[in-house]
Amino acid sequence: MIGLVLHRLVQAVPTLFLVVAGSFFLMRLAPGGPFDLERPLPRAAMENLSRTYGLDQPLAVQFLRYCAALLRGDLGPSFSFRDLTVAELFARGLPVSMTLGALALVLAVCAGLGLGSLAALRRGSGWDRAVGLMAGTGLSVPGFVVAPLLQIVFGLGLAWLPVGGWEGGAPSHLVLPAITLALPQAGAIARLVRSALVETLNAPHVRTQRAMGLSPARIARHALRAALIPVVATLGPTAAALLTGSVVVETIFGLPGIGRYFVDGALNRDYTLVMGTVVLVAVFVMVLNLVGDIAAAMLDPRTRSMR
Amino acid sequence: MTAGGSLGRLAAGRLLRRPVAVAAVAVLTAVALACLVGPLLTGHAPGRIYPDLVRVAPGPAAHPRGDDLPDILARLAFRMRVRLEAVVREPGTVRLTLAADRPIDPRVLTALPRSDLFGTPVVLSRAEDGRGLVVSVPVRRLHFLLGTDALGRDILSRSLVAGRVSLLIGLVATAVALIVGVVYGAVAGFSGGTLDAVMMRIVDILYALPFVFFVIVLLVFFRANLVLILAAIAAVEWLDMARLVRAQTRALRHRDFVRAAEALGRSRAAILARHVVPNTLGVVVVAATSLVPRVILLESFLSFLGLGVQEPETSWGALVADGARSLETAPWMLAGPTAFLVATLVSLNLIGDALSDALDPRLRDLGAT
Repeated sequence: MIGLVLHRLVQAVPTLFLVVAGSFFLMRLAPGGPFDLERPLPRAAMENLSRTYGLDQPLAVQFLRYCAALLRGDLGPSFSFRDLTVAELFARGLPVSMTLGALALVLAVCAGLGLGSLAALRRGSGWDRAVGLMAGTGLSVPGFVVAPLLQIVFGLGLAWLPVGGWEGGAPSHLVLPAITLALPQAGAIARLVRSALVETLNAPHVRTQRAMGLSPARIARHALRAALIPVVATLGPTAAALLTGSVVVETIFGLPGIGRYFVDGALNRDYTLVMGTVVLVAVFVMVLNLVGDIAAAMLDPRTRSMR
Repeated sequence: MTAGGSLGRLAAGRLLRRPVAVAAVAVLTAVALACLVGPLLTGHAPGRIYPDLVRVAPGPAAHPRGDDLPDILARLAFRMRVRLEAVVREPGTVRLTLAADRPIDPRVLTALPRSDLFGTPVVLSRAEDGRGLVVSVPVRRLHFLLGTDALGRDILSRSLVAGRVSLLIGLVATAVALIVGVVYGAVAGFSGGTLDAVMMRIVDILYALPFVFFVIVLLVFFRANLVLILAAIAAVEWLDMARLVRAQTRALRHRDFVRAAEALGRSRAAILARHVVPNTLGVVVVAATSLVPRVILLESFLSFLGLGVQEPETSWGALVADGARSLETAPWMLAGPTAFLVATLVSLNLIGDALSDALDPRLRDLGAT
């Protein structure tokens, strides 16, 4: 287990370097800059701005400076939000995205586990087919279709829930975004759970348990542990998908989260904001990958000896 | 189990015994065929704009409808600078009585066919002073089964043409990811040792990158175009394939038939191509069927952000994103393209599921369920 953690930490160094270098040079090589307006600024002003933000230095120097600042934990000033640092923007946006993501994750896991086990236990029945179809549909309908439909039905039609906005995280404002975000993941998890559970239920040890006369409920409980492994093991990719989805969800529901900042930042050539988001997301996904692997190893004795 | 048979044949047989899978294959084939030849049959060029038929609701009715005719004719008369004195509706045509303060130049009548709603007008009679004109104009019967969008374009035609782009992106990006992933994975798995370790570490590192964010940066900073989108999507998706094929290859590496081929002195490349890769194809096919919908969905996600396929080209993702924005005024703008997109993706997912069950030799004894 410690080996796994160490291995991942060692691996994190080149990964993060790649992330930083990749996004840095990708952005700098692209045409356009953060201070390009429709009406060009006077040359003197442009030079001043460039000097203030260090953009007049050679690229290599800028890169080293950025890396040095990053090691100190300094993400730099935002280019498009005046007077705000990237860290300050994250302090505002992160709670929003985290709340939403966590809620969606819980929703997706609960729904996915429930439906997936239902399908596996009643394999080949109408329930199984219904769950399969639901999961397939959930996976296939993009969030930007689900979101406006939910808004129209529950926001405008029934007027049960607000259509958008954050309002300091009021629970009613969280429901629709969280459902939108959770839907595809619930579908993915339901399928994972179903196939893992089906496989386990056909395994020799379960047959032995059946032969020994264990009640179906107890057998299902044993089998569920095995079914949880792939869910936990894919925690990293799931988190990555939730983050990606939150870009859409935050845009449609008008939530001030990281995803919105990222898209706005990219469109405004806000170098530091984009870099900061990419680094943050990379770290986040790596951490959850590790957490998922550790949890899977704890659930699955076979992989415990794994590096 | 009675007779053996090749895995492919067994799998195909098992697949065809599942009604859901057969239905999915049928739907997918229908959608693909419709996208391929459909745009020729709808009667509308996909980019054709009918300015007078904006946001027409879907349905089998012919347009322009009788109720809309007076408004449309009034607008046209204004454009022709004539007064519309009388409109007599006859089956298939309208008889218009036009008047003006100055003699009417018959050439203004070309405004009628140019609106795309009427045929060539026939002058029935002309007043002595030229200030009055009676013309008979055939009314065209246009059908918009899925309605028209905010610019007056036929949504069915647009959806079908968009389907070509979406399916193309799905297939090409998947093919690229497939080829790169299979070759990479097979080489790594077959070589083993240091090369394998290095190659898989690289995959691990790339795997942890927030690729979708990179793709967004890439497409924002360099203008989005089809090749870039394809490359970006393929760059994200080959990793899974590489891991999968590598694991399969590792398992096959020391099997007797590979040993035998080695003993016979076949070159490593030949063994890889002839014996190893074909045996991984079952897994690869399943992965590819689930990759295509992922790719199409990723493209639609990019299109929603305005980074995908650009006008006048369009894709299902772009149309759906468009429709989602005008859901309140014209819900059919969302309904049509979404129906195509979701039908395709659901069928592909179902086929992928059925294939993975059908290709699983462990289920052979359990029979088709």
